[in-house]
Amino acid sequence: MIPAENNLPRKDDFIAVHDLGKSFGAVHALRGISFSVPRGETMAIIGPSAAGKSVLMKCLVGLYAPDTGRICLDGEDVSTTGNETRKKWAEKTGMLFQHNALFDSLQVWENICFSLIESRKLSRKVARDHAVDLLGLVGLDPDSAGLRPSDLSGGMQKRVGIARAIATDPEILLLDNPTAGLDPVLSNHIENMIAAIAQKRGTTVITITNDMKIARHRYQNLAMLHDGTLQWTGPTTEIENAGNAYLTQMLSGSSQGPITMRTGKRQDQLFA
Amino acid sequence: MTDIAKLPPGPLGSSSQRAVIWARKNLFNSWFNSILTLGSIAALFWIIPPMIEWGITNATLTPSIEACREVTGACWGFVNANLRLILFGTYPYDEQWRPLLAMVVLVGIIIGSLGAVPYAGMRKWIIPMWLVGIPVIAILMWGGVLGLTYVQNSYWGGLPLTLILSSIGIIFAFPLGLLLALGRQSSMPAIKTLSVVYIEIIRGVPLITVLFMASVMFPLFLPEGVTIDKLLRAQIGIILFTAAYLAEVFRGGLQAVPNGQFEAGNSLGLSYWQSMRLIILPQAMRLVIPPTVGSFISMFKDTTLVVIIGLFDLLNTVKLALRSDPAWTRYYVEGYAFAAAIFFLFCYSMARYAAYLEKELRKGEQR
Ligand SMILES: Nc1ncnc2c1ncn2[C@@H]1O[C@H](COP(=O)(O)OP(=O)(O)OP(=O)(O)O)[C@@H](O)[C@H]1O
Ligand SMILES: [Mg+2]
Repeated sequence: MIPAENNLPRKDDFIAVHDLGKSFGAVHALRGISFSVPRGETMAIIGPSAAGKSVLMKCLVGLYAPDTGRICLDGEDVSTTGNETRKKWAEKTGMLFQHNALFDSLQVWENICFSLIESRKLSRKVARDHAVDLLGLVGLDPDSAGLRPSDLSGGMQKRVGIARAIATDPEILLLDNPTAGLDPVLSNHIENMIAAIAQKRGTTVITITNDMKIARHRYQNLAMLHDGTLQWTGPTTEIENAGNAYLTQMLSGSSQGPITMRTGKRQDQLFA
Repeated sequence: MTDIAKLPPGPLGSSSQRAVIWARKNLFNSWFNSILTLGSIAALFWIIPPMIEWGITNATLTPSIEACREVTGACWGFVNANLRLILFGTYPYDEQWRPLLAMVVLVGIIIGSLGAVPYAGMRKWIIPMWLVGIPVIAILMWGGVLGLTYVQNSYWGGLPLTLILSSIGIIFAFPLGLLLALGRQSSMPAIKTLSVVYIEIIRGVPLITVLFMASVMFPLFLPEGVTIDKLLRAQIGIILFTAAYLAEVFRGGLQAVPNGQFEAGNSLGLSYWQSMRLIILPQAMRLVIPPTVGSFISMFKDTTLVVIIGLFDLLNTVKLALRSDPAWTRYYVEGYAFAAAIFFLFCYSMARYAAYLEKELRKGEQR
């Protein structure tokens, strides 16, 4: 593990997390997390199930207030929720939720341009055109604009979620499993789009993914969580010489290593 | 079961064959259902003919006691003779066109607003309709302006009173119940405790007690010299009571909306009230329509309990009519049957409306 002192937030870091901790009752979802992402760079977060990836992302967007530690965005402290600074940064952030969390009471286009209409007072006409453009960007045709989210396929819903996350042209883009459940062609298309957004708009992107190939080859930085702690973080180019057993096992998907599954009955007994 | 393959060609066979198939599938598909079907048919044969004989064939509508004494069936003449007393109670006889008109206005805006609920574009008219309608009704009922003579509300009675108590009750109980439901979910301990205590206390006592408290206890808490009208007290009691029940209904709906929806709203920079109004409530409301209408139906019927504080609602005016002349007293079955029919008409319409609304809103969801 990397000692926390090496990771003290630096001034030039756009997103800086220091010694972050978050518990839900007895569950320590996050402990002593420190990492940083420079402006305009991309980072992939990997880690086994229940490692705390989604909780970390919800802390970054301001849904959960950290119990301990600090989160700084562009030098501004956003560790406490409910204040103006936090609200300002939430508005500059776009987020895709793991389960999309589309609003079933609204049509697809209203979902996408929701905050543009409600917070930035865009006219409905303009917003709808904008939504149709965004739908095109994620490979959906304009006809789907008037549908309800519940009428879409799983992959379509995910793409609507992505369109909603990028609708406001955010400075920070947080994506919780943007390509989970998408076919390889589509998933490639989405990753291209994410890379283009980072490059052309200078957006800082953090993506949670379970696809190790995507994590290694599509992102500049990597953070690996395990059991609420940060196992490794650094540029993806340095993965080879990381020498971290957790990371090695995660990347290879091997069943041998420090990451263990709590299985009740032994598999060979169950499937004898 | 009928073997489909043995049916003659054609879409579904002839209509008589379809009837046989339907009956077999729905009425005689198991020995238990067959017994139930036969039992029900027997019961209908046993009940219906005597009812028709009593209520129609052997009955009279003539509004005189002599005519009623001659027939073996129902004496609708009692209702006929006392119709205005039953419908309008002790409201001055010559002015009874006013409560009639007020009732028409009230039923009109009720139907208007219920009809507007499923259509997003029309919903904005609901509140203005009431804002105009309520003063009109108040002027008609009370008078004292525009050349109408003043009628004290202790003379109000009958169907208009029942309708006013229940619709004003609904209008105010709805938002109050919503606030209580939100309060109960609140993260602020004071608000949460207050809501829980309120809801549980009210739900723990019968309406009749609340009304009694409202009429006897409530004045004790008021400063010296301030009096609140009996009708208003009953109205407040009904609102407070219904709100507690609605709060629980709403809570069920709010809990059924996934937490992720709220988080997503939050992450988009929406305030609590914005998320509530735009995301959570539309979803929650759709879920709670059937139980909400259920609460309204029981509230509509519960308004009859205002008799205990001496108001003359529809049920009590029937009693008034029965006592108006000792000769009529024995025709109480007809009187109460008439009141029951009116209550049934309103409650059944509400139930049908709930079913329609549920279907309409589901259509919207699938669109
Ligand atoms: N709102 C919450 N209340 C209580 N516990 C929570 C909450 N959110 C997350 N947890 C707990 O925190 C831990 C980490 O959850 P998290 O959702 O971050 O996992 P994850 O890394 O995203 O896993 P996955 O890859 O399966 O999505 C889990 O043990 C989970 O049960
Ligand atoms: Mg997750």
